[in-house]
Amino acid sequence: MALHFELVTPERLVRSEEVHMVVVPGTEGEFGVLEGHAPVMSTIRDGAVKVYRTSGSDFESIEVRGGFAEVGENGLTILAEHVES
Amino acid sequence: MASLKELKGRINSVKSTQKITKAKQMVAAAKLRKAQAAAEAARPYATRLAAVMASLAGKVAGQDNAPKLLRGTGSDQRHLLVVVNTDKGLCGGLNSNIVRAAVAKARELMAAGKTVEFYLVGRKGRAPIRRVYPNAVGANFDTSTVREPGFAEAEAIASEVIGMFDAGKFDVAHLIYPIFRSALVQEPTVQQIVPVPAPTTAAETGGAVVEYEPSEEEILEELLPRYLKTQIFGALLEVAASEQGASMTAMDNATRNAGDLINKLTIQYNRSRQAAITTELIEIIAGAEAL
Repeated sequence: MALHFELVTPERLVRSEEVHMVVVPGTEGEFGVLEGHAPVMSTIRDGAVKVYRTSGSDFESIEVRGGFAEVGENGLTILAEHVES
Repeated sequence: MASLKELKGRINSVKSTQKITKAKQMVAAAKLRKAQAAAEAARPYATRLAAVMASLAGKVAGQDNAPKLLRGTGSDQRHLLVVVNTDKGLCGGLNSNIVRAAVAKARELMAAGKTVEFYLVGRKGRAPIRRVYPNAVGANFDTSTVREPGFAEAEAIASEVIGMFDAGKFDVAHLIYPIFRSALVQEPTVQQIVPVPAPTTAAETGGAVVEYEPSEEEILEELLPRYLKTQIFGALLEVAASEQGASMTAMDNATRNAGDLINKLTIQYNRSRQAAITTELIEIIAGAEAL
């Protein structure tokens, strides 16, 4: 029931944790990623990544700029150039 | 034979030099730890990006509509050498080693009938390269205004290089920077960055079909400049770690040499003092005997 979520910038590994759902601001529209999502690779536009720790809980938003998201077998990885927190 | 006063002065001067080199060594050791941590922190991003690049480039490579940064201009006549040096000295032979590698590469390319232009990052490479190739030094990038070159600087360098590529100023670009092996060893390396060499790691499909959004070509188009930035950022980090490592070793040597010199001078000082006392004694005794 958990999605492994990693947020990486060139300077450091910002996040690496188990979450419920992440909403990614893709260039062609936002999409939510839950556990077991099909493999996707997408560029992202500047905006907020919304992290839901548990289902029903409030989200935490992280501003990212420039980068892309990859969903694979090991969960979701977002490579962003800048992260504002 | 130097007088006692002169010797005393020299010993003091060497002592204060030793204090400076010792301080610099300790500062370098502390900074090296920081630089290594920064290089460590940058690794996950670089490896992930390289993996994604490998899987995408494997699919798109060889197609006519591949992005220009991957395909190249179709010629390899004009080369750009991006040489990354440090801004400060006091780091042993590091900068001259980098410059030597750059000049060797330039010579090799020129022997093959290519034209070479330099793009210099860091202050310490400018003078020696300009001395060898006064007309080949084009632009240079100043990193001396910031304390630690970070991703912002890498971004600026990459966009300038890509701008030059788009303007058709060169066909092939190489990045020359030292790889930090240890505090004792920094290897200058030459690496091609434009056109982006197709990664050699075999693209693993992982079984499932990956969906791309937008298309593969568009993602690649956006990914390539980013890949370039990461590589230049990596070079900046390596150069930072190498500078501190080399500086630490050089300053350690300098401190030790200063210690040796102080010992030698002290022996000489004591000897002359002893000689002076002996002569004085002889004079007194001789005077007393003459009475």
